[in-house]
Amino acid sequence: MPDPTPSAPAVYNDGAVRLFTLAAVLWGVVGMAVGVLIAAQLTWPELNFGIAWLSYGRLRPLHTNAVIFAFGGCALMASSLYVVQRTSQVALFMPKLAAFVFWGWQVVIVAAAITLPMGYTQGKEYAELEWPIDILIAVVWVSYAVVFFGTIGIRKVRHIYVANWFFGSFILAVALLHIVNAAVIPVSLTKSYSAYAGVQDAMVQWWYGHNAVGFFLTAGFLGMMYYFIPKQAERPVYSYRLSIVHFWALIFTYMWAGPHHLHYTALPDWAQSVGMIFSLVLLAPSWGGMINGMMTLSGAWHKLREDPILKFLIVALSFYGMATFEGPMMSIKTVNALSHYTDWTVGHVHAGALGWVGLITIGSLYYMIPRMFGQTRMYSVKAIELHFWISTLGIVLYIAAMWMAGVMQGLMWRAVNADGTLVYSFVESVKATYPFYLIRLVGGLLYLSGMGVMVWNTVKTAQAGKYLPQRIPAVHAAVPSPA
Amino acid sequence: MDILYLLVPMSVLLVFALMVLFRWALGAGQFDDLEREGERILQEDSPKLDADQTPDRSAA
Repeated sequence: MPDPTPSAPAVYNDGAVRLFTLAAVLWGVVGMAVGVLIAAQLTWPELNFGIAWLSYGRLRPLHTNAVIFAFGGCALMASSLYVVQRTSQVALFMPKLAAFVFWGWQVVIVAAAITLPMGYTQGKEYAELEWPIDILIAVVWVSYAVVFFGTIGIRKVRHIYVANWFFGSFILAVALLHIVNAAVIPVSLTKSYSAYAGVQDAMVQWWYGHNAVGFFLTAGFLGMMYYFIPKQAERPVYSYRLSIVHFWALIFTYMWAGPHHLHYTALPDWAQSVGMIFSLVLLAPSWGGMINGMMTLSGAWHKLREDPILKFLIVALSFYGMATFEGPMMSIKTVNALSHYTDWTVGHVHAGALGWVGLITIGSLYYMIPRMFGQTRMYSVKAIELHFWISTLGIVLYIAAMWMAGVMQGLMWRAVNADGTLVYSFVESVKATYPFYLIRLVGGLLYLSGMGVMVWNTVKTAQAGKYLPQRIPAVHAAVPSPA
Repeated sequence: MDILYLLVPMSVLLVFALMVLFRWALGAGQFDDLEREGERILQEDSPKLDADQTPDRSAA
């Protein structure tokens, strides 16, 4: 990239960033709406109307894929491309390739939205998409990596800001996970069989699955956290040194936690133990990161009162802390013997998904979106505040309902009479869960309506402004370091 | 548990790659002057580069 001359100021390349921020809002609404529909179907099964494309089994992966890869993916791509430019003080490497990443990713999303309700699936959680789409994902992902790492390669600041380490590890890890777990033998355009079988496949699947959580849903969003919290609070990260330790400890430990999805299955006992131990160890780096992010507000706690974006970002961290305490606890085999296959797992997932991923994304989008339209704040700050409270209430209802349902299910399933027979039939536990499914539906509806407020605010913000390219700060002649 | 023949070597390679990456970062000065780097993102408009901050292409 040529150095900026005084007469032609260089600008950041935010075309793809802008599109990704808007797509994130759109897919958030879509993915969560599907979530609300399937929550309603669990409460009232007749809501599939007897139509195959609306059946729970087909819509559930549509929901998970939409919220993780469409909503989460677009938010991560927006943030990483926004942050890497500004921390490197250089415009994007190969901006046309970045545009391809955007459109390619939208094709992946639409292909998922079509094929999943049609029932085409590889049957592996968060990896349901069939092999032609998997190939497209790989192509788009490699392009994304080229743009991101290329931008770091041409950076004007020697230090690579900590957020970029988190983004970079997320990009590389997901590439590795996707390529290994998606290995299949195709038999037709719409059908393939896993290259692995039985419990071996399960091991690969949950090595992938937990690292999807650890790198896609954690490391990536920690990158967001480490940039947008300091920027919004106007305070540097509490301990930059700790953020680096946090990074290396986290990425090392996460890779080994996968077996905690396979406790008391055919997976060898020693593998289960490895998963359990490393999951417990993971508590330390996770909480280190949470504390680091929260303590960034040190000396500025009063800002939380007036600034709803900060509310989103900091409360996101508290849910992160909750979920990263709950997770290690649930990884303990004795606890898992109760929780596995129950709705407690669903509660845990959504504490992390709605609480951590959702809120940190929403906060970061509220930071970026106005800047994509030549402004520094959203059209309505009050609407952000409203969104915050609706979402938080929704989350609390959701997870409390699932905790109660989950523990109840676990206890009912293991209750035995003196002669060793089961006390309850399975369907009795389903019947007992009904009121909790209803409460969860209300929680999800609240969260979705919060997103509706966000759509309104985004549209008003976009209408009130226009895209103004942001100048890259001029690179001054070197000045001597102080002292 | 044949899948171990894939997962263990891959994990070992991965750890090795991470160690190489960490050693590069250490040598390239990524861990120097950490507190100032934390504050750099907050500098308005025209943050100045210090004398020793010009990117070192050979190390990058």
